[in-house]
Amino acid sequence: MARIAGVDLPKNKQVGIGLTYIFGIGRSVAAKICQDTGVDPQTRVHQLTDDQIKAIREYIIQSHKVEGALKSEINMNIKRLIDIGCYRGTRHKLGLPVRGQRTSTNARTRKGRRRAITKKKK
Amino acid sequence: MSRSLKKGPFIDAKLYAKVDALNSSGQKKVIKTWARRSTIPPEFVGHTIAVHNGIKFIPVYITENMVGHKLGEFALTRTYRGHAGKSEKQSRVR
Repeated sequence: MARIAGVDLPKNKQVGIGLTYIFGIGRSVAAKICQDTGVDPQTRVHQLTDDQIKAIREYIIQSHKVEGALKSEINMNIKRLIDIGCYRGTRHKLGLPVRGQRTSTNARTRKGRRRAITKKKK
Repeated sequence: MSRSLKKGPFIDAKLYAKVDALNSSGQKKVIKTWARRSTIPPEFVGHTIAVHNGIKFIPVYITENMVGHKLGEFALTRTYRGHAGKSEKQSRVR
């Protein structure tokens, strides 16, 4: 069982794909890790030797911020924006799109599920 | 797209000169400005700058975290009073 950065990697996937189960590692970073540690990205995760797992683990610790550390960094960045009271901060606080997208329609990812509008009774 | 590094940050020259004068004389004064497009350089830290929002000047106290942002980001130009139909209680939470 390959356990890297607090995440169990799926056994039967290729290393190049399996590594992407770690938050903060995508396809390109995974490919880079394989290249730099000399692991063939086509090998399956359960075929990795202990040495290879160790090499990958150490490489990630050295070169990338992943999982909790990365998540907390992202949250810190958002918190900074909110604390200084800038426009982007208020958008984060209100749960609306931050980068100038339209909100008249769409923007459902940020706004969540549609809420029914209650009509005024006369 | 972000601004070309070759040009450096845009800082309103007149505003910068005024802050510079305050820095060299050691004074603290509120400076009114319309230069919402100006980037905040490190020299502004600790000053209060009144940024125009189209109607009035919003006093903005510049902290270290704000360096690199634009002045206009801190003086909102739109008012939002909530949508119709929301109860008084709900809108007050905000």
